[in-house]
Amino acid sequence: MLDLLTGFVAELRAAGIPVSLTEHLDAAEALQHVPMEDREALKYTLGASLVKSSSHWRAYETAFEIYFSLRGPEYRIDDEGAEGGDGGESDDEAARSAGRGDGRGMGRGGGSGTGEGMSAEELADLLYKALLGANDALVTAVARQAVSRYAGMEAGRPVGGTYYLYRTLRNLDLERVLERLVAEARTGGADPREAGPDGAGPPPALTGLEERLLRDEYQARIDQLRQEIENEIRRRLVADRGSEALARSLRKPLPEDIDVMHATREELVALRKSLQPLSRKLAVRLARKRRHGRKGALDFRSTVRHSLSTGGVPVDPKFRYPRPSKPEIVVIADISGSVASFARFTLHLVHAISSQFSKVRSFVFIDGIDEVSRFFDGVDDPADAVHRINTEADVIWVDGHSDYGHAFTVFWERWGEEITPRSSVLLLGDARNNYHASQAWVVKELRARARHVYWLNPEPRAYWDSGDSIVGEYAVHCDDVVECRTLRQLERFVGELA
Amino acid sequence: MTEVADPTGSITTSREITTGFPEAGPPRFDSIGAVREGLAGVSYLADDGIAGVVFLADRLAKPVLVEGPAGTGKTELAKSVARLTGSRLIRLQCYEGLDESKALYEWNYKKQLLRIQADSGQSWQELEEDIFSEEFLLTRPLLEAIRSPEPVVLLVDEVDRVELETEALLLEILSEYQVSIPELGTVRATQIPLVFLTSNNTRELSEALKRRCLYLHIDYPQLDRERAIIETRVPGISQALADQVARIVRSLRTLDLKKDPSVSETLDWARTLVVLGVESIDVDQARDTLHILLKYQSDIERAAKELASVKNPD
Repeated sequence: MLDLLTGFVAELRAAGIPVSLTEHLDAAEALQHVPMEDREALKYTLGASLVKSSSHWRAYETAFEIYFSLRGPEYRIDDEGAEGGDGGESDDEAARSAGRGDGRGMGRGGGSGTGEGMSAEELADLLYKALLGANDALVTAVARQAVSRYAGMEAGRPVGGTYYLYRTLRNLDLERVLERLVAEARTGGADPREAGPDGAGPPPALTGLEERLLRDEYQARIDQLRQEIENEIRRRLVADRGSEALARSLRKPLPEDIDVMHATREELVALRKSLQPLSRKLAVRLARKRRHGRKGALDFRSTVRHSLSTGGVPVDPKFRYPRPSKPEIVVIADISGSVASFARFTLHLVHAISSQFSKVRSFVFIDGIDEVSRFFDGVDDPADAVHRINTEADVIWVDGHSDYGHAFTVFWERWGEEITPRSSVLLLGDARNNYHASQAWVVKELRARARHVYWLNPEPRAYWDSGDSIVGEYAVHCDDVVECRTLRQLERFVGELA
Repeated sequence: MTEVADPTGSITTSREITTGFPEAGPPRFDSIGAVREGLAGVSYLADDGIAGVVFLADRLAKPVLVEGPAGTGKTELAKSVARLTGSRLIRLQCYEGLDESKALYEWNYKKQLLRIQADSGQSWQELEEDIFSEEFLLTRPLLEAIRSPEPVVLLVDEVDRVELETEALLLEILSEYQVSIPELGTVRATQIPLVFLTSNNTRELSEALKRRCLYLHIDYPQLDRERAIIETRVPGISQALADQVARIVRSLRTLDLKKDPSVSETLDWARTLVVLGVESIDVDQARDTLHILLKYQSDIERAAKELASVKNPD
């Protein structure tokens, strides 16, 4: 067990979760107090002692599922038919008991089959029943059936789990199942609460509210099924390839380490979620830094006034309230397809902490350029404003391909006058200019007028100046060019700026 | 080692630095299941994670750092554990500017001054020993918690509100269960308290603090648990209504609102509905009472609109 734990801790560290030696020892000690056979308890025990941040929980969970997965002959990939005989039977049983609405207690028993004997229609029917009846055992069984049937897993094939997941889900067509469930509920045919714990009777007709709730209910169950399928695939992969090899290929990056440019949809959601606490923390930290910073100059008048109580002896010198200068920020961001999400995150972050700057002005461009500061005025949630930018900003000039040169020229003509020595200019983009003229002189002029000019590039440093990227031409005129691929890097940069 | 037994006998101190761990008392709980049932007995419905961590906190004699969105029952957990174990609850509410004299201990200057003025002809040596004795010590929550002879649950609420530097105050007491007072020596715990620290995650806590704690993240509960919570906490609610409330709240949480409805707000809403005599919620009633559940006008408008309409009518 200790060996397993050591391997597990190594995997967590590899996934980016900081696990200290004391935490490792704590986990080892904690293990003595929980029963080994209780897998859930084990998971929370290790989680409580090893993982100290909720944003790391997902990565932890993935690693846990891999390292402490259920193993046994029934999870082998090539075991079709090995015990299919009784599998089919127990599934029928599960189905029947689900009909009666009391199949909950069956646990793993109902789900142990790998049955071959089911046709596609039978499976679809079973799936429908499982979702209708909120029967956990049946959902597990269906997940297992679906994986055996549709994923087409081959032993020893080094593909990731997502491929199998995709294949399984495509065949199940959950969207259609959802529509069917809702449609049937609408006609009054079925109500999930019939099989649910409280046993309330079905209402005669559904109001909008009820239908809405039903849909959410089914959606939650379908999500549960999807989760179950994912687990099933993972278990089989572990059985096939061993935990270490798999952990490497399934490792999930922490939200703050996700590469913004290549994030999947799911990762973007995670990013958006972690952005809000991140900007709040940053604002708190910066505000604190300002408040607790150096005291201001001696306030002579106040000191003398207070010295009256000590007979004119200035015992307690008073200082002026410090007013450190707040920089003025001008953000000029490329929002063309390739770097759009990065620009959105940066704009969001900068505006979320706008109280730390005396003024924030934002401009977005593709080949035309438009000021978008107005979208942020009087909006308490920067996310809304960022959303409006995508739909309302006027950034297309000719063809909607990035043209840094033209955008910069227009910026210089229209707003160049407004750049003052108090402004810090942030240029955001990958500088992939589609072989247009660079017009780097604008950046040079900006540099001359502004306090600082920084370029944030969401591409890995190795790709700079390759292909049509001309970041080098601009870089010579900037104070600094910063690689900003992840939220962590972005946070650090913005933190230093303020 | 010079053991100085003070007049009241409730405190054992020594002038030397003592190390080592106070004796752990007998375990408070038998198993994780026992924790869960016990908490249910005091109307706190814990899930496996919560019960498991409380159990471990007792067995490992480690503090628990509880994080999670506001209103999910972090503070309530500490209170419930105190009720369950029959311990005294000592609460330290953190805020910016909290310092040693408010968290740990303070010398009672006025009383010390009086003592010096009422000089009874003692030598300075004796006097000094006298005015820095326990009689002149004002204990604050942290010291109170480890000195208490009866079992104690210590709740350090909203620990993320104190400055990073102040966190260091907590470190000694959290890991060694002792407090060092320069004039008096080291005060060690007579019994190991169960410690809960709660945080709303407004800033990153220091590694040193996190390392000493077990970590528990309490999130919004699953549908079944939330329904059970409503039924336990709201007297006189019908099962059907509790079910409907839980479902509506779950739907609202999928909406990506500014502030998701918390468990405590859900309970308030359920109570309101009971008081209003509502049997089954329809859209109008929901809209009229949403302001209890949601605290932003834009959220309320959005939720009312969403609840009335079906997501994507085919």
